[in-house]
Amino acid sequence: MKRRLLLFLPLIAFLGLAAFFYYRLGMDPSYRDSALIERDFPAFSASTLEDPNRTVDESLLKGEVTLVNVWGEWCPACKQEMPQLLDLAERGIRMVGVDYRDTREKGRQFLAEYGNPFELNIFDPDGDLGFDLGVYGAPETFLVDADGVIRYHHTGYIAPEDVREVIVPEVKKWR
Amino acid sequence: MLTKMIPEIGHFALIIALLMAIIQAVVPLAGAATRRPLWMAFDRPMAAGQFVFLAIAYACLTASYMADDFSVATVANNSNSLLPWYYKLSAVWGNHEGSVLLWSLMLSAWGLLASLWSRRLPRDMVARVTGILGLIGAGFLLFVLVTSNPFARLLPNMPEDGTDLNPLLQDFGLVVHPPMLYMGYVGFSVVFAFAIAALLGGRLDAAWTRWARPWTNAAWAFLTVGIALGSWWAYYELGWGGWWFWDPVENASLLPWLAGTALIHSLAVTEKRGSFKSWTVLLAIATFSLSLMGTFLVRSGVLTSVHAFANDPSRGLFILVLLAITVTLSLLVFALRAPRVSHKVGFTWLSRDSLLLVNNILLVIMTVTILLGTLYPLILDALGLGKISVGPPYFNSLFVPLTAIMSLFMGLGPVARWKQMPGRELLSRVWLSGVAALVLGATIPLFYGPEWNAKVMLGMMLALWIVLPMVRDIVARVRASSSVGRGFKKISLAHWGMVLGHLGIAVTMVGVAVVSNDNIERNVRMAPGDSVEMAGYTFTLQNLRERRGPNYLADTATLRVERENGTHFMMRPEKRLYLATGMPMTQVALRAGFTRDLYVALGEDLGDGSWAVRLQYKPLVRWLWLGGLLMAAGGVIAVIDKRYRRVPARDRHAERAGAAPATASREATA
Amino acid sequence: MTPKRKQKLYVIVGLVSLTAVAVGLTLYALRSNINLFFSPVEIAQGKAPFERQIRAGGMVKEGSVARDPESLNVEFTVTDYVDDLDVYYSGILPDLFREGQGVVVVGELQKGGRLRADQVLARHDENYMPPEVADALEDAGYQPSDFAEKAADSAAGE
Repeated sequence: MKRRLLLFLPLIAFLGLAAFFYYRLGMDPSYRDSALIERDFPAFSASTLEDPNRTVDESLLKGEVTLVNVWGEWCPACKQEMPQLLDLAERGIRMVGVDYRDTREKGRQFLAEYGNPFELNIFDPDGDLGFDLGVYGAPETFLVDADGVIRYHHTGYIAPEDVREVIVPEVKKWR
Repeated sequence: MLTKMIPEIGHFALIIALLMAIIQAVVPLAGAATRRPLWMAFDRPMAAGQFVFLAIAYACLTASYMADDFSVATVANNSNSLLPWYYKLSAVWGNHEGSVLLWSLMLSAWGLLASLWSRRLPRDMVARVTGILGLIGAGFLLFVLVTSNPFARLLPNMPEDGTDLNPLLQDFGLVVHPPMLYMGYVGFSVVFAFAIAALLGGRLDAAWTRWARPWTNAAWAFLTVGIALGSWWAYYELGWGGWWFWDPVENASLLPWLAGTALIHSLAVTEKRGSFKSWTVLLAIATFSLSLMGTFLVRSGVLTSVHAFANDPSRGLFILVLLAITVTLSLLVFALRAPRVSHKVGFTWLSRDSLLLVNNILLVIMTVTILLGTLYPLILDALGLGKISVGPPYFNSLFVPLTAIMSLFMGLGPVARWKQMPGRELLSRVWLSGVAALVLGATIPLFYGPEWNAKVMLGMMLALWIVLPMVRDIVARVRASSSVGRGFKKISLAHWGMVLGHLGIAVTMVGVAVVSNDNIERNVRMAPGDSVEMAGYTFTLQNLRERRGPNYLADTATLRVERENGTHFMMRPEKRLYLATGMPMTQVALRAGFTRDLYVALGEDLGDGSWAVRLQYKPLVRWLWLGGLLMAAGGVIAVIDKRYRRVPARDRHAERAGAAPATASREATA
Repeated sequence: MTPKRKQKLYVIVGLVSLTAVAVGLTLYALRSNINLFFSPVEIAQGKAPFERQIRAGGMVKEGSVARDPESLNVEFTVTDYVDDLDVYYSGILPDLFREGQGVVVVGELQKGGRLRADQVLARHDENYMPPEVADALEDAGYQPSDFAEKAADSAAGE
């Protein structure tokens, strides 16, 4: 009987390894997901980049599936991401920008230079909204459904293939 | 109209193949368990059907690539209308979805062959083997259909043109490397199925090992070629001149190779002597499991690597579940059904048996150390002990001494007798080879190479020590028979296979020792007209030109290389910019030779008309891959040996009797 | 002991000692051959050892790459937007090396605080920052907002 138990050793060793792999799978750093998925977009009140006198809040995002892109003039990857965002806007997806930790002047300059796919931009100079969203930096992109619930979170640069493979299918899924 | 539906036809064929795989798995296995011949008879037709429909699916996907059907997502992401046709063919498997389809196709092909070429096996054994292969096939087809459908469409927003195949993959080496590697991975499923079938059927005598040996050798040969091709590709394509990086993905392919090498040797012991039975079964399970684990590590994103496919956690989870089910079930069957009684086959300290035992232990230690080195960073990270990387020094500092120890035993193994080998007789067989290896190994590097080097000397000695006793053995055998021709004929093909395999190891070892120690590399700044001298060659940069390729722009440098004797030739390294992806690529210029390679790579444009250029002189680098080819040739020759297709009288008897008598004890005494 | 038992004992002793040697060798090799990863902020805090091989990583700061016109020497700054690390290297940079992109360098930290790189690895990574750096920042106690503030500053300072 003892010998028989010995034969279970490989199985036990493998199960340990498999459990470890499972644990690792959830830790993939590129899928560091914000805890906000399935939650309402955090409440906020801020002015727009375009017009300092206009104040918007979370109701802005209700009624239509919207992509919220967090960007900043200081962020090099945001520049490279712009063509993809313009492409997404052309596909008829509603885009809202969050100009994060930036000055009004620089933010406007950025949009003038690299194009503006956004319906409007929430101006977030102190990073309050960014903090509530739990962003690490820019770019990050959130997909918000018609009820104002966050459905998808993309960390980092949206590559050209991501547009087709990830973003558009996600948008379709929640429309 | 029909042509527009090609992807749907392929998708449909995939679904039919899945259904057939499920029937192939369930019905024959149930039939074998309940002894119903009719149920068992489902195995071959279903294996054939699964293969045919997978072949249709694969043909449909290929047709979509050839026809530039960018409404198919995988085509749009991995092809381009400018891509030459041969790369469109290979682009089919240059991505995750297509490669898993190819995997499944190959698995069904192995399954079909295994069920067809087993007419002499007991009926229930064939049914079990085919059923288990069907089960694995069903798992993979489910994986394809659920997470990685290659026929998914991009409608209605289909792109005008595709994003192009990754430039790194637009290359002959990568056209042939993955299929070879997959053939090896998948091929180990056959020996795995044999082992599990033997466990299930209680037929754990030596017979199953005789049936499984040719399949194992074939799979191992494919894997060997696959790994060698991968190394060769990395050598000329990555632009650094390295040939093995201990990259996690490379390790993932080396692990099943090492376990498979141990398996080949342990199968030999079990077949000939009836011992190591449980161990052989365990190795068969481990080899295939490591193949699956390699796939999991590469495709799940758990490991980051230059080779890794795009990560997708849902895919990773699916493969993990597949891996867990396969391995858990097989190890469970192993734990419950492995032979209880320890074998009574004795052997002494000095015998081929014990030498092969040492070989197995060393190979398993190598496997474990590499596995540990590959997973160690993950484990530390998970425990929060810091981010580390385990570099080549770790692997080298373990792998090199272990290989050296192993080659000491490799000199003895082939010339030792089974069961018992008197020490004095063994000594008389090898002493001359030992002395010759020491003397030649010490002197050859003096005549060759730029300077004497202790490591090169050691490598030469060990390689000679592997080869010379085998040569002496063959000479002695030939001499013992009446004529030379008859003497050669008497040596079995399986023995020649073994000789070639070991010769291959020796050749690779010489290559590794020389190229690692006598390699010359110079990174220089060159403008047109500049000359650099290296290893007796004078490199002169003549001009720089821009050139347009089918789907890229290239800066081409022309170098005139002059030998010491005044003759010269041209080398043209390139820096390419692929238009669709904007990815830069280094295209090296190689002057290949049996004794040395010259290697020129363009670094970067330094602005003022000059370029950074990497020049390398790599002695005996070809021997690395030549050794791999020899090993694979050895595997193939061993497969051809007629011995494995003869039906031994015992098996025929067993088949007629329908049950599994314990032939092991008789075998052992034979 | 019967001869058979004796033989078995030898086999077991042999196996155990072989395994022990292998484990010992492995652990020794692991101890001496791993490269710990440090981010610029950790190096600035003095956490990294001098003149031992380490890995460091971050983004190549825009406008920081300076080539020597005569040789293959090159200098650049790696930043995690909190602290900077000056790196010098002699040789050919990889194809995917770009300003504003992630990079990992392997080399030894010199007394002056600069890093002499033996190897420069650029990754074509869809992440905007090597994940090791993001984690290191978090470990160093920086809130995402601090980090972003610094990032804005470091860009503004150019």
